[in-house]
Amino acid sequence: MSIWLDQRAKVIVQGMTGGEGRKHTQRMIGAGTRIVAGVTPGKGGQSVVFEEDPVAVYDSVAEARQATGANTSVIFVPAAHTATAVLDAIEAELELVVVITEGVPVRDTAEFVAAAKRSGKTRLIGPNCPGLISPGKSNVGIIPPNIAGPGPIGLVSKSGTLTYQMMFELRDLGFSSAVGIGGDPVNGTSHIDALEAFEADPQTEAIVLIGEIGGDAEERAAAFIAEHVTKPVIGYVAGFTAPSGKTMGHAGAIVTGSSGTAAAKKVALEAAGVRVGRTPSETAALARSLLR
Amino acid sequence: MDLFEYQARDLFQASGVPVLPGLVASTPEEAFAAAQELGAELVVVKAQVKTGGRGKAGGVKLARSPQEAAEHAAAILGMDIKGHRVRKVLIAAGAEIAEEYYFSLLLDRTTGGYLAMCSKQGGVEIETLAVEQPEALAKLPIDPLNGLDHPKARELAKLAGFTAEEAGPIADVLVKLGAVYRDQDATLVEVNPLVKTADGEIIALDGKVTLDGNAAFRHPDWAQYADAAAEDPLELRAREKGLNYVKLDGSVGVIGNGAGLVMSTLDVVAGAGADLPSQPRPANFLDIGGGASAQVMANGLDIILSDPDVRSVFVNVFGGITACSEVAKGIIDALVILGDRATKPIVVRLDGNAVEIGRHMLTEAAHPLVQLVDTMDAAARRAAELAAAAE
Repeated sequence: MSIWLDQRAKVIVQGMTGGEGRKHTQRMIGAGTRIVAGVTPGKGGQSVVFEEDPVAVYDSVAEARQATGANTSVIFVPAAHTATAVLDAIEAELELVVVITEGVPVRDTAEFVAAAKRSGKTRLIGPNCPGLISPGKSNVGIIPPNIAGPGPIGLVSKSGTLTYQMMFELRDLGFSSAVGIGGDPVNGTSHIDALEAFEADPQTEAIVLIGEIGGDAEERAAAFIAEHVTKPVIGYVAGFTAPSGKTMGHAGAIVTGSSGTAAAKKVALEAAGVRVGRTPSETAALARSLLR
Repeated sequence: MDLFEYQARDLFQASGVPVLPGLVASTPEEAFAAAQELGAELVVVKAQVKTGGRGKAGGVKLARSPQEAAEHAAAILGMDIKGHRVRKVLIAAGAEIAEEYYFSLLLDRTTGGYLAMCSKQGGVEIETLAVEQPEALAKLPIDPLNGLDHPKARELAKLAGFTAEEAGPIADVLVKLGAVYRDQDATLVEVNPLVKTADGEIIALDGKVTLDGNAAFRHPDWAQYADAAAEDPLELRAREKGLNYVKLDGSVGVIGNGAGLVMSTLDVVAGAGADLPSQPRPANFLDIGGGASAQVMANGLDIILSDPDVRSVFVNVFGGITACSEVAKGIIDALVILGDRATKPIVVRLDGNAVEIGRHMLTEAAHPLVQLVDTMDAAARRAAELAAAAE
């Protein structure tokens, strides 16, 4: 098993005709993902050829869905058009919509996250995220498919490269699913959503949770773990050396006054019984020892 | 991006929020002229700094003549308030204040929506009020799809303890502030105090606005808010090159790909250096991003090597989209471009996409400053040791 994504996923790429969309569609097809359509408003009727196989482009997600039976979308359109693309996918009632685009205005994100909640049909992941992979089944986004294979670990992270680093550290064990939820202040899927799904997933035997400075998502995740998670959880938090008031690359990674610090997050997680590693490799070692 | 009070005031005025007449000045002469032009009996000279507590620091003074305004401006300009140098003052007309209130609308990361707050007790430290008298601070979640509309603004005012009669005129102003929040892509609009004058008029007497940097592409006018004077020169140079760089106070320069991995690298460096005599710490945050090219790597290395505080450099890359061969090429190219200016040891750890080619390229180049180390932890330790040895 896995969470939210498996071999049944039939995937639309919104923005497939652009440079990034084309490049990553090629990579996803190479990883075995079933890409069934592209969507670019105004380019309906065209197609893009990948390794001699043409993939049809539609004007809207609803048309693409009707023609192909797609249930998932991944979005590579530029930040200025991301909100329109996400709303198009929500209106078409896709089950899973993954927003890779970085630099989306937070007002747009707040609005489309609220729209997804209101619709009740769509799980939104991102924005500013690497997507998710269920190794051996499907890969939606930009996570390299060859780092690690299937296995007992569920991984949820705000950061893309830390996701890759942790998958690399634990490549001998493998993953049920690895989910990058994104580093923006507002996102469609939270750590808690992923914890809940991994707790319910029979393949997942242990959960690795990667957080970083800013906001209180890790503290809330800790409270959820204490109440609802029976599987072992191993944590890692980045940003102990980050100064207050400076944005550290991710729009959401900022310590304001005394809130959002890595130290506070570590304390909260440990109070909930989560073992927290000081480095990615120590975190991996903790995960390995807990699985043994 | 935080705005100065006078910039917030201008935005409020443009959206029809009642504010007092005011002019900005950067010299005592300009302050004199501004007070004269306002023609008010009483003006307030206010330090323009992006921090609170300026009143206590002596950064806000009343003046009864243009001469007095110029004198206060002379005293306030150049003042240091909590590490912020005062470069401008706002000269605003005085008002007869009957009551002081508080209002803010902000992004609530916990819910992913907005939070509106209002209190009848304004003009005080709101963080203190929130702790000592939480019941005096009304809070109301706002759905981003609706925004702060009139019914919600009235609801908030009533929650704060205003009568139905009082709530109307206040809600009118709050709705306009809500429009500023939305139309200007703000993540915070705060008015403290929002005042009622002796004539019963509701006026925003102060303003704090934070804008969402991600929305800059749809606000070409934001270029005017660039605050080069307040920025670290290296940070400014990095930004001009499109690099994500933050200057820190240590001696180990850090370059990595992806914000999370770079933050993690800083922590691992600090940990690795903790038991060394000079306890070397990271000198900076620098994320070269996903899919970085050789040129980006070279730009990054150039910035870091020109930081006089840097004693050693740690390049930590896990190639997802980024190819390690590009990173290796960037390091080799940068060292050619920098020539004799490159004098500091560079520890490199590569993993992931095209790692074998990248490592091979660096081994072949055999640059005397470059050391390849296999793991992140060991490489961080080596970089910290090199920095300590160079102290």
